[in-house]
Amino acid sequence: MAATQTVTQTQAAAAETNASPRRRGPGLTPYLFLLPYVAVFTTFTLVPAVYGLWISLHDWDYLLPGKPFVGLANYGALLDSASPVFDFFWSSMQATGIFTVTSVPLLVVVPLGVALLLNRAFPGRTLFRAVYFAPYVLGVAVIGLLWRFLLDPNLGMVNAMLGAVGLPADTPWITALPWAWISLVGVTVWWTLGFNAVIYLAGLQDIPAELYDAARVDGAGRWAEFRNVTLPGLRPVLVFVIINTILASANMFGQSYLITQGAPGVETRTAIMYIADEGLRSYRMGSAAAMSYVLTLGLMLISVIVFRLFREKD
Amino acid sequence: MTSVAPPPPKTGLTASVRGIAWYTVLIGISIVFVAPLVWMLLTSLKTTGEATRVPPAWLPEDPSTRAYDTIFAGNTQTPVLRWFLNSMVAAVGQALLVLVIASMAAYALARMQFRGRNVIFALIIGTLFVPGFVMLIPNFLMVDRLGWLDTLWALIVPGAASAFGVFFLRQFFSTLPRELEEAALIEGANAWQIFTKVILPLSKPALATLTVIAFLTNWNDFIWPVYVLFSPENLTLPPGLATLQGAYTTDYPVIMAGAALASIPVLILFVICQRYIIEGVSRSGLKG
Repeated sequence: MAATQTVTQTQAAAAETNASPRRRGPGLTPYLFLLPYVAVFTTFTLVPAVYGLWISLHDWDYLLPGKPFVGLANYGALLDSASPVFDFFWSSMQATGIFTVTSVPLLVVVPLGVALLLNRAFPGRTLFRAVYFAPYVLGVAVIGLLWRFLLDPNLGMVNAMLGAVGLPADTPWITALPWAWISLVGVTVWWTLGFNAVIYLAGLQDIPAELYDAARVDGAGRWAEFRNVTLPGLRPVLVFVIINTILASANMFGQSYLITQGAPGVETRTAIMYIADEGLRSYRMGSAAAMSYVLTLGLMLISVIVFRLFREKD
Repeated sequence: MTSVAPPPPKTGLTASVRGIAWYTVLIGISIVFVAPLVWMLLTSLKTTGEATRVPPAWLPEDPSTRAYDTIFAGNTQTPVLRWFLNSMVAAVGQALLVLVIASMAAYALARMQFRGRNVIFALIIGTLFVPGFVMLIPNFLMVDRLGWLDTLWALIVPGAASAFGVFFLRQFFSTLPRELEEAALIEGANAWQIFTKVILPLSKPALATLTVIAFLTNWNDFIWPVYVLFSPENLTLPPGLATLQGAYTTDYPVIMAGAALASIPVLILFVICQRYIIEGVSRSGLKG
């Protein structure tokens, strides 16, 4: 994962600092500077990460005094098709899977196209970049309410505009499949496209202009230039965008919660929605914690695979 | 700065045709991004009947502030103004907390030698990629033990240990020249004085970027407040808007007025601090 590389960079940075002359003994000062942050970090990040594992080993009902230790039973239940959580959990995992597999390619490719469009000097460039990025500064609550209304099958502007140009005006955007998925993916692309585009733009500007000059001297066309200069130059940024987008899509919650409410049935209820529901509405926290670690394990595996895939091309 | 040359200058007609086509594409895409937001504002000025008319019209025939009057009227189940204030307190509170604790930690990690430094930094970086939902249930219990459920403390403190903040500022501090600190040291300044009088004033752009991003993240946070805040008067805008959707199912002007109220501060912030926000986002991609 990207963290491994960062750690290596850290060690390099540390070695560099060690080489510079030391000004005074370490004393307490550095620890005092770190104390406030580390206190918050320990309480709300480090301890919870381990505490969650502990919870997942118990039949942890928030409302009951007794929280008996059950070992790996919560994990076992997720693999046992006879358990009450099995179907709900895996259908929510499937929903997250469908959303991730359909949204990630779009969120990797479309923003790259937009970034390439903007990656030249022309009047108004900064303005267009800001306009494309604007939806991203709004929260999912605003986006969800807005699109719930726009996509309303009867009253919504989307169907009205489709009808105005002679297309079917009665598409059930939020109540039937595959429309509900198309809506959720479409809204998410509209909402977060600008984020990835800005990251690509920064990456594109780091590619040395000489490489393009050299390609042009060699008589490379637009496409050859893109394949042989732009893509290789973007590789580290591309890996970041892919992994980051997979994690973001696998975290999808608000869009389903507000736009489709999981409908039809529980078809668009994502893993996060189910985990939150199970742990923080039904208060079966042990089971919910186990689910969150299973999902995390899956995401870590996927991240490592993506990272390897792009590394071994060297 | 730009690596791809602008459209090569061609003579006369071809050049202007290409230019027009170019801007047509860019403006077309812009409409897709802006039109829904304009629709939100226009709908909030409509009457209920007009907002549910088929086919819908873009412009309100008789613009009214009825929807805004409704949400400001102080309904006890949907006190939107109260949510707005709660959101402000939480987002400003967390942004300031992040600013203080992340800058102090980042300074120690960037400039000081001490045992355990690499371990601490590796732990912080390691959590950059830990998905937030893993923390949802254990943090709910932590907040419960502290007596912070259904209070704004739950929104201000737990999320303040942002790994991004420490990482971002540490990178920035490392690029500052050491000479100024050394000069201050010779004049007898202690670490705290160097930090507050030399380092922080030099770091204004980075501190502004972090503050704005921390504010936006907190202002927009949805899943956490949905589950840790319960009482109508304690909600922030995002969970409040979800409540509003339930309470005014078909009163779209009211729902859109609530959404507009949640959008306007961040859109204004974006217009003013665009450079800082885009800069912060660009940097986040370069760490991979």
